[in-house]
Amino acid sequence: MLKAITISAALALGLTAGAVQAAESESHVVDYDFSFEGPFGTYDSMQLQRGLQVYTEVCSACHGLRYVAFRSLAEDSGPNLPADQVRAYAEFYEVWDPDLFDGEGDFRPAKPTDHFPESAMNNAPDLSLMAKARAGFHGPYGLGINQFFRGIGGPEYLASVLTGYTGETREEAGAVLYENTAFPGGWIAMPPPLYGDDVTYADGAPADVESLSKDVSAFLMWTAEPKMMARKQAGFVGVMMLTVLAVLLYLTNKRIWAPLKHRTKEGDTA
Amino acid sequence: MSGIPHDHYQPNTGGERWLHRRLPIVGLLYDTIMIPTPKNLNWMWIWGIVLMFTLVLQIATGIVLVMHYTPNVDLAFASVEHIMRDVNGGFMLRYMHANGASLFFVAVYAHIFRGLYYGSYKEPREVTWIIGILIYLLMMGTAFMGYVLPWGQMSFWGATVITGLFGAIPFIGETIQTWLLGGPAVGNYTLTRFFSLHYLFPFVILGLVIVHVWAFHHTGNNNPTGVEVRRTSKEEAAKDTVPFWPYYVLKDLFALAVILAVFFAIVGFMPNYLGHPDNYIEANPLQTPAHIVPEWYFLPFYAILRAFTSEVWVVQIASFVTGGIIDAKFFGVLAMFGAIAVMALAPWLDTSSIRSGRYRPMFKWWFALLVVDFFVLMWCGAMPAEEPYASISLIAAAYWFAYFLVILPLLGVIEKPARQPATIEEDFNAHYAPNTGGSQTLVKPAE
Repeated sequence: MLKAITISAALALGLTAGAVQAAESESHVVDYDFSFEGPFGTYDSMQLQRGLQVYTEVCSACHGLRYVAFRSLAEDSGPNLPADQVRAYAEFYEVWDPDLFDGEGDFRPAKPTDHFPESAMNNAPDLSLMAKARAGFHGPYGLGINQFFRGIGGPEYLASVLTGYTGETREEAGAVLYENTAFPGGWIAMPPPLYGDDVTYADGAPADVESLSKDVSAFLMWTAEPKMMARKQAGFVGVMMLTVLAVLLYLTNKRIWAPLKHRTKEGDTA
Repeated sequence: MSGIPHDHYQPNTGGERWLHRRLPIVGLLYDTIMIPTPKNLNWMWIWGIVLMFTLVLQIATGIVLVMHYTPNVDLAFASVEHIMRDVNGGFMLRYMHANGASLFFVAVYAHIFRGLYYGSYKEPREVTWIIGILIYLLMMGTAFMGYVLPWGQMSFWGATVITGLFGAIPFIGETIQTWLLGGPAVGNYTLTRFFSLHYLFPFVILGLVIVHVWAFHHTGNNNPTGVEVRRTSKEEAAKDTVPFWPYYVLKDLFALAVILAVFFAIVGFMPNYLGHPDNYIEANPLQTPAHIVPEWYFLPFYAILRAFTSEVWVVQIASFVTGGIIDAKFFGVLAMFGAIAVMALAPWLDTSSIRSGRYRPMFKWWFALLVVDFFVLMWCGAMPAEEPYASISLIAAAYWFAYFLVILPLLGVIEKPARQPATIEEDFNAHYAPNTGGSQTLVKPAE
């Protein structure tokens, strides 16, 4: 067993590395613009609410968000839903409560403190962290430095998969695979989930496939990194304060060394 | 404590004298912080303080992370997400801890290469050097086990591959591997023991750091000239040195502030830059990730590990001579650990009577090539095991060994060193010439 795992890991290491590179060059990720890119980018609450609507009405049929609590939908750096709406939204979901019925457990409507359910289908991955678990960009030259301005390309990848269906299908071992220009390998098991106008937005925003894809991808970036705004702010404050501190320390250091470095005469420390 | 003559702590008040007679702790701190330090140290001498700060940062953030983390295969991944979402400031703690590991290795590599260039490993600082290598080895172990704790895909498969290396040791390999893992394969018992050791090792490192500092405080710092501080009298020593406080404390703090500004920019704006997306997928023993790559700081040695395949003639000879006991896999493991071992032996492999690379015209170029070699190996380690990377890795790995085993011993014999300054004072004055009157001196930065 041990040996088998080691060998398979070594094989994976040696062989699939090349395959991945090949697949990456085939898969095509569109560099969509998102409001949260760059050091000062922020989430657009309205877009996150639209994305939540797409998730609720389309994705949630199969995919879960197990790490996301309903209460976080009220965060003002996120979808910023009013508390009563969060409560009403949570009640749409049924969760298992092991304490009900004298410890026998029973289903009850979810409360804001509960988490979204897990995936309803076994082969549908949980989407909580999907936007961080996929990287669309590695440039320039594979160094990935442009992440600083554009992020790692997770939401771009998700939107590209959602818009990347060519319409071709093929059957493999009894399962239907759908050709997709963004998915590594080119064939994905998920049927095309969006056709345009799948949901009706209350704010009248466009509901074509690309807009829906971008909205739900932005929402999934938020589920993956809900504290992004606070993180960028902490980073900014840190950089600013350390820059001021560095300037002060530079001047102090210069002043302290000056008598040693700028002597008027040999051995004379003025 | 120091071999360099200087003023020692004098208890002045009654209270100080009372304490000093019973426990000379104030004197110890005073002598440590006021240690005479060569006044010509350049900017490559800042990394020690950066490393100390990073060690404290990692321990401080780590201790808080442990309060919220659960070392169990079913709960670990979710508990990290709990830290990222629900713990106050938890996302900063975790991102600082994860990126702090990278800062640690950036600083330690700069620190090691500084020592290699300026001959800091040479007599009488061999013990400082060896302890440093031990700290570096412990750091690698700590970082590796820390990366397993979030229990993502790369955690699990990285642990599987790396512990698999020990399985390559002939006869006892599988026993050692089982002992390391706590069972037949990576599982809950692996996670709990890695967690325990990941908490223990930093404190062992802390102890070794104290000994490391003690050792070079006893011998005195090396400096860019490699010329020793004059020690015949306090007055003469004072011409070559300045007290650590305030001169180097402020210089080091300035450097630290600049480095931390960059660090905060990475933590704040691109915290996942140095991580792998796959580690945001919970560990799944049934699904191998497409691309298992170690963290960037392991890549040079990972490249050396992979460089020696069964097609390499050295490996074939070793295999033939030992009757197949040393196969390609075990040879790779030996090469990887050997690459660090030859570095540890540098004090005895370097035969030159000159300490600093600054006055060694031939050494300079071979050293520059070693630095390039290190980055080439790092790049190869990230690439798939196929041509042309395999051949490049092999050449680069061969140079790493050649540098320590052939070039360092030979250079000492054939190289004609340049003239080095007689004293540190002479070097310092050459950089900061005294004003002969009139306008301000043009100051050249010390290297």
